Amino acid sequence: MAQNAPAAVAERKPKKQRQSQFSGMSKALIRRETISAYLFLLPSLIFFVGFVVVPMAMCLVYSFLDMGIDVSSAHFVGIQNYVEMFQDRVFLKGLVNTAVIVVVAVPTVTAFSLWVSSAIYKMKPIPRSFFRCVFYLPVVTGTVAVTVVWKWMFNTYNGLINQVFGTTTNWLGNEATAIWCIILILFTTSIGQPIVLYVAALGNVDQSLIEAAEVDGATKLQVFWKIKWPQILPTTLYILVITTINSFQCFALIQLLTSGGPNYATSTIMYYIFETAYRYQRFGYANAMGVILAIIIAIFSAIQFKVTKTDN
Amino acid sequence: MNNAKSKLSGTSAGYKWLSVVILILLAIFFIFPLYWIVTGSFKDAITINARTPQWFPLSPTMENYTKLFSNPALRWLGNTVFMAVMAMFLTCLTASLAGYALAKKRFYGRGVLFTIIICAMALPKQVIVIPLLQEMNVLHLADNIWAVILPTVGWPFGVFLMKQFSETIPTEILEAARVDGAGELRTFFNVVFPMIKPGVGALAIFTFVNSWNDYFLQLIMLTTRENWTISLGIARLQGEMSSDFGLIMAGATLAAIPIVAVFIAFQKYFTQGIAMGAVKG
Repeated sequence: MAQNAPAAVAERKPKKQRQSQFSGMSKALIRRETISAYLFLLPSLIFFVGFVVVPMAMCLVYSFLDMGIDVSSAHFVGIQNYVEMFQDRVFLKGLVNTAVIVVVAVPTVTAFSLWVSSAIYKMKPIPRSFFRCVFYLPVVTGTVAVTVVWKWMFNTYNGLINQVFGTTTNWLGNEATAIWCIILILFTTSIGQPIVLYVAALGNVDQSLIEAAEVDGATKLQVFWKIKWPQILPTTLYILVITTINSFQCFALIQLLTSGGPNYATSTIMYYIFETAYRYQRFGYANAMGVILAIIIAIFSAIQFKVTKTDN
Repeated sequence: MNNAKSKLSGTSAGYKWLSVVILILLAIFFIFPLYWIVTGSFKDAITINARTPQWFPLSPTMENYTKLFSNPALRWLGNTVFMAVMAMFLTCLTASLAGYALAKKRFYGRGVLFTIIICAMALPKQVIVIPLLQEMNVLHLADNIWAVILPTVGWPFGVFLMKQFSETIPTEILEAARVDGAGELRTFFNVVFPMIKPGVGALAIFTFVNSWNDYFLQLIMLTTRENWTISLGIARLQGEMSSDFGLIMAGATLAAIPIVAVFIAFQKYFTQGIAMGAVKG
């Protein structure tokens, strides 16, 4: 396979693999390799195609149908679902709320996890594992368990927050405060994975470069921006993308805490998709909103990818 | 870094201590919800509804657990364990085979396939859950725990992670196995698998925790009370008796403690593996 020099070089540079992946291979060998590769891929592909690709295609097809619970009465309506969406005030409200959640949560989660990681990555293994574990705890505890305890803590009458601060605020029932409660809980359940990733990325930064810069009299800030930041940029990009996807998909918190209320103040796109499908039984319309959500997320990911790349 | 050498050693030592203090306060804030779940589950109704908080249950009671187990809570827990274990096992098996092929085989369609996998990972998983339910209806799997397991196995993150790990296997070792006359499967199980074990361990914990907590999928797929998972059970109990916080905290304890214990026991493999896989992408 990779006995000749160019292929061996390509092995170490995954990005170059596509151009030269077949170099030095005979036709018969390529065919044998292709067959055996697909046999290795087969079990995974059955699940991937059956339960990811097919439903994605169904989602797209259904988005052009008027379809209720009775599938046989479904009929083609063209782009009517998409047109309706942008005249639907609940959908537009959901779009604004989702945007608020994403715009607040993504930078906060990223910046905060970077600060925590910078503070803990040079610690001794035991305290480092301890802190990393603690910040991952809400993820492991599970959204439902975390949400129900916060619901109790935010309760107007017997909730801890009002008791401690001596207030009588109806945190979750108030249009002005409800969405901030949701963002706070989303924040606590979102920073676990970014910290794990940042701690690893910072640990991989070339130490000799940092030492050289310090000998030359660079300040800590300069060391961070000139040396560490470029090296953790791929990690930052990955964190931005996963946090964005998570924030867009915020659902359990909303369903269990506020059911989108009061007065749609916390209704997000994801929550409205769920309501449209299972309360109003309008599957075509729900899938059309799903397609739009997927497109929005794809655009966001592409922008983050582009911005972070050109920064480099 | 060597702070003593720095001209700013005074301020940076001060900053270091300040950051440690902030970290400890934050740690308390992050541990507190779990503490409040567990202690709340042992408090009686009077204590829970009191005007002043009781920071520790002074007269612990089991009444919440008695009420909880009048529901099929153990059945829910059993369903959840079965679901998470099957999802973990099938994901690790299929993803390690596929990841190895993507990393180490040269074949037609490789680039396209990898691109499709990356694109699928960037899509919102929850959006496909609605058509998935219709698919499960056709397959007669709706309201069955397998309707939750199968889509979890299909999610391509595992393949991506295993590909990242398989990239690190030296091709010479695979060549040597071939020269020795080992077949494809023997090469995989005797040579490749031992080398990607840390990655498989990480993927196992990741899949187990995520499957355990994938509330949206469970909510859509499982309808009969006996078929619920523990997350779904608590969410529904909360809907039915929203003011009985003691009971709900008992349910939350039952849901959280096993998974937290599993995570703490294996967290070393998890943090190493996830970081290695994702960072080296």
